[in-house]
Order: sequence, then structure tokens, then C-alpha cells
Amino acid sequence: MDSLNSLLDGFGTALTPINLLWAAIGVLLGTAIGVLPGIGPAMAVALLLPVTYGLEPTGAFIMFAGIYYGAMFGGSTTSILLNTPGESAAVVAAIEGNPMAKAGRGAQALAAAAGGHFAGGMIGTILLVVLAPTVAELAVDIGAPDYFAIMVLAFIAVTSVLGSSRIRGLASLLIGLTLGLVGLDQMTGQQRLTFGSLQLADGIDVVIVAVGLFAIGEALWVAAHLRRSSGDAIPVGRPWLARSDVKRTWKPWLRGPVIGFPFGAIPAGGAEIPTFLSYVTEKRLSKHQDEFGKGAIEGVAGPESAASASAAGTLVSMLTLGLPTTAVAAVMLAAFQQYGIQPGPLLFEREPDLVWGLIASLFVGMVLLLALNLPLAPLWAKLLRIPRPYLYAGILFFAAVGAYAVGGEAIDLVILLIIGLIGFGMRRYGLPVLPAVIGVILGPAAEQQLRRALQISDGSAAGLVNTPFSVTVYAVIVVLLAWPWLKKLIVRSRPAA
Amino acid sequence: MSSTKSTTQTPDRRAWLREHSELGVGALLLVIGVLVLTDALTMDVDIAQRGPVGPTTVPIAVGIGLLVVAVLLAFDVLRGGRGEAEGGEDIDLSEPSDWRTVLLLAGVFLANAVLIGPLGFPISGALLFWGSAYALGSRRVDRDPLIAAVLSVVTYFVFNNLLGVPLPGGPLMGVL
Repeated sequence: MDSLNSLLDGFGTALTPINLLWAAIGVLLGTAIGVLPGIGPAMAVALLLPVTYGLEPTGAFIMFAGIYYGAMFGGSTTSILLNTPGESAAVVAAIEGNPMAKAGRGAQALAAAAGGHFAGGMIGTILLVVLAPTVAELAVDIGAPDYFAIMVLAFIAVTSVLGSSRIRGLASLLIGLTLGLVGLDQMTGQQRLTFGSLQLADGIDVVIVAVGLFAIGEALWVAAHLRRSSGDAIPVGRPWLARSDVKRTWKPWLRGPVIGFPFGAIPAGGAEIPTFLSYVTEKRLSKHQDEFGKGAIEGVAGPESAASASAAGTLVSMLTLGLPTTAVAAVMLAAFQQYGIQPGPLLFEREPDLVWGLIASLFVGMVLLLALNLPLAPLWAKLLRIPRPYLYAGILFFAAVGAYAVGGEAIDLVILLIIGLIGFGMRRYGLPVLPAVIGVILGPAAEQQLRRALQISDGSAAGLVNTPFSVTVYAVIVVLLAWPWLKKLIVRSRPAA
Repeated sequence: MSSTKSTTQTPDRRAWLREHSELGVGALLLVIGVLVLTDALTMDVDIAQRGPVGPTTVPIAVGIGLLVVAVLLAFDVLRGGRGEAEGGEDIDLSEPSDWRTVLLLAGVFLANAVLIGPLGFPISGALLFWGSAYALGSRRVDRDPLIAAVLSVVTYFVFNNLLGVPLPGGPLMGVL
């Protein structure tokens, strides 16, 4: 009941004309940038971060929420019309969506995707409203050892669940942790890795790391391998669904969140796994199995709904624990830190207006998304034809604006370029980018919790495992680490049994 | 490489190095690891120490981690493991890397960092956009500079005047 009242207050915040305007601008900008080929949600959010710098926090985050959902919807538009997904979560949308578009049913594919985003986002956000305050309440009591355990879990999960090579994931994480060490030590003020430079004593801003790795790294990497003939986007009319389509999509729309939401809340790579699981589920349950692979509408509706719900799930752990589980959440956390706000269990007590305004604006954003994007879809489709030199020149241009806006220092642009070159090398040699970003953001926080925990226990390592919660988390970590061997054992024992 | 047939040793080694260029990543991690460890071990912590864990503990752990991962990665590469180059919608991996474009872009970007102070954002930003588009293969001399100038000036006004994010105007804005 309490959270319902808070939510109503939140709507009071979100529905003021100025905040509605920010939400609408956010949705439009997010979709426009997300539609552009080569720009996934994480890069869109990182590039658009400076747009919010001049706003007060509530307005900034309301705009941000719009950008997030808009970028996700924009990404699936690219997948469907161009068959070239910009990020892993949109791969599934391309499997069925692109054949539909080729068969002249692009409008229906987009409508199924939009409906999926709306349904998944709505259900996911309702679950967020119900669960987040409870999680935050439980989390208020957890102490330094528990936090440290959660962060170790995030590090391990992000390096060993994602990507094909654990060693490369670990290398990426360590690069991130190293970047996070640069600057003054939070507890003693000791200079670390600054090499006497005053510039580095402030540390490397997380926004610069995110923009460098996501935007500059990607632009340089694409530039090195630019496809001279880019694929043709399929033109599309205004999205709509016939009654027979709705009959086939409403169940997948409702099933998607069940799969998507829990996966979003845990550090398991965001929307990648749930969209795939949802696809497999829909394929199994469908009455039109023969259509799968050739353009089955269920295969668009379910996964898109799952992806959208997983975004809401991501917000649960981000807002209540300060734990980013996806690249987008990592950038959002950086945005919070920019305002000196630390997401975590106390956020709901300290900044109720901000949090509930943000959550309410998620609902507003989704309605706006549906209302604005369906009529505008033909226009978005035109954006796919932007000449590639302009596109990537534009990414570099706005990345420079963003990095400069952080502190107004030209040296930040040089640091940005160096981090961008690191990002380039990481893409070349298959080091995943996400562990590095998580390392930069969570590294300093994890160190602080570790030192706090050991201070309380007077240096005894037992102080790290003296709560049931932390012991449980470490048990999960052991299972995660041992999983490849466990899997082998299970596979081996099965034929024998 | 067909002209170096007489010295078969060199192209062989070169091919081997190209094949195993990922060892460079291991070497880089090793260097960073040594750097982090040296920095941590030369730190003067006697006065700063508060609590059982000082400011050097985590850097030492990260440094050792970097060294270990560097060695493990080298082993993995020598055993035939390869990091998969990232694909994407505008990426054609069948062609070799186009280093010229990457270096040009990096140069243009650096020039922007140097010029943003003296020239101001509207001019340096326009040069950044035009230069990048040129490096990426756009040769529309009639259209590109115009787009760059409009984009840069509009961005300047939107950020500086509408959004309240200050950008340096430079002499151009001083004149206007």
C-alpha cells in the first residue's frame, strides 16, 4: 500500500508539463539514436548522457528512462528492417522479424515488437514497483561483507557467464579494475597510479570510460572494417496488427516478462539469455511451428516483451543494491554518481521523489513510446539509410561533446581517445567490453566495502564470511566457477545411469 | 610478401607473429601488471595506513591478477585459442584491418582536443566531423563541410544555451 502511495506521488512528479516534455524528448532521442545502425542501447545512453547534465536530477533521470526504453525499441527496428542486430539482445528479433519484413509484413513485425515492448515494460515495471521497496528494505540491514560478496558475484558472473572465453573476460575485468584504481584512495587520500599528474588525481571519470569503450572503441573498430556496401533497409508503412495477428501475439506478450524479468535482475548478461529462452518457448508452444524461421510473429512478440521486462528487472538490482547487471545499467549508475547520488537500499529513503518519479516516468515513457513510435515508424526506417561516414563521424563528434562536457578539460578528450583505442583492441581480440565497465564502476565501491568489513573484524578474513547472506553468495560463486566442470560431470554420468 | 622467397625464415616468422598477434595483448597486460605493482610497492603508506587493509592491498591483488591472466592468456594463444573479433552490422571481417582510416581518425580526434581551446568548439567540432567523414571515405566537398558547420554550431547552441552545458565558444562566438 505504501509503495502505491509513493507511486502516486511519483506520478505527480512525472506528469508535470516540464517532466512530461523531458520524457517525450528522451523517448524520441533514444529511439532516433537507437535506430541508427551500429548503435546499441548502451552506446545510445552513453552518448546522450551529456544532454542531461544541465538538468536537475529528477528531470535528468526521467529523460534517461525515456532514452533507455526508446533505444531498446529503436534497436529492434534496426534488426527487423536491416537484419543486422546492433547488440546481442536484438539478435532474436532479427530471426523472425526480418523474414516477416521481407515478406511484406514489416509493419506487423514492428507492431508486434512495439506491443511486446509495451507489455513487457508495463508488467516488468509493475513487478519493479512491487518488489523494489521490499528488496530495499531487506537490503538496508546488510553490511559491508554482504556488499563485498555481491560485488564479487557481479565480477565473477560478468566474466564467466558472458562471452566464450573466461580468461578474456577476466582480462577485461582487470583492465577495468586498474582504470578504477587511478586517483586518490578514498580512505587515505593516497595517490595511486597518478604518476604525479594532478589531472589523474581526480580519477578517470566513469562517463569517459563508458563513452570511450562503447562509442569511440566501436567507431574505430567499425572504421577499420567498414563494409563498403551496406545492406538495404526494407521500407515500411505504419505498423498495425490484424485481429488474427493479435490472437497470435497476446499470449507471447504476456509470457515474455515471466522469463525476462528475473534474468534482468541477476547479473547474467541482461536480455541476451531471456530473449533466446523466450524464442525457444514460443517456438515450442506455437501452433504455427512450420512458420518459425520464415517469419513467425510469435517469435518477435515474445522475445521483445522479454527484453523489455528484463530492462525493468535490471532496474531492481540497480536501484536497490547499486548493482548494475547490464551495460546500460552500468552507464545509468555512472549517471547517478555524476549527481552525487549513490543507488542502494537507502536511495528509497533518501531520494523518494527521485526514485518514484523515475519509476512513474517509466510508465509514462512506455505510453509515449507506443503513441509516438507507431506513427513515426516510417520516419525511423528512413534513418537506416544515413551514409555510414556521417554516422560514425557523428558518433565521434558527440562522444567528444560528452567527454568535454564532463569537466570542460581538453585533456579528457585525450584520455577518451586512449580508452577508445583500448576498446578498439578489445574488440579486435575478443575481450568483452562489459566486464571492464563493471570493473571501473564497481571496483572502487568493492574495495571500500572490503576494507570496511576487514576494519570491523580487525583484519581477520573471517569478517568477510560472518553473515549467512555472504556465505550464500559465496556458495553461488563457487557453483558458477565450477560450472564448466559440473556440466562435464553431469554429461558424463548421464549415459552411465 | 612474394618477393621475399629467398629468405624463407623471415616470412615464416612474420606469418607466425601475425597468427599469434594476440600474444601482444598478454604482453600489454603484463606491462600494466608490472606498472600497477611497482606503483603499489613504492607507495609511502606508513602515515596513511588506517585499518588493517591499506591503500596498497587491492592494487597488489589487481597487479598479481594481471600477471597471472597475462601468462594464462599467452598459454591459451599458444595452444591455439583465439579471441573472436567482434562482428556487427557495418563490419566486414573478410577484409584486413584498414589501419590508415583508424590512424586518420585518431589524428583528427587529437587535433580536436588541441584546437578546442584556442579555436572554440564550433570550429574544432566542425573540423572533427568533416575530418572524420573524410577519413571514412566521404568526398562530397560541396556538402560535407556545410553539414559539419551546421551540426557543430547547432550543437553548440543547444548545449551551451538551451541545455546549460557550457562549451567553449572561441573567437567565432566572440565575433557573433
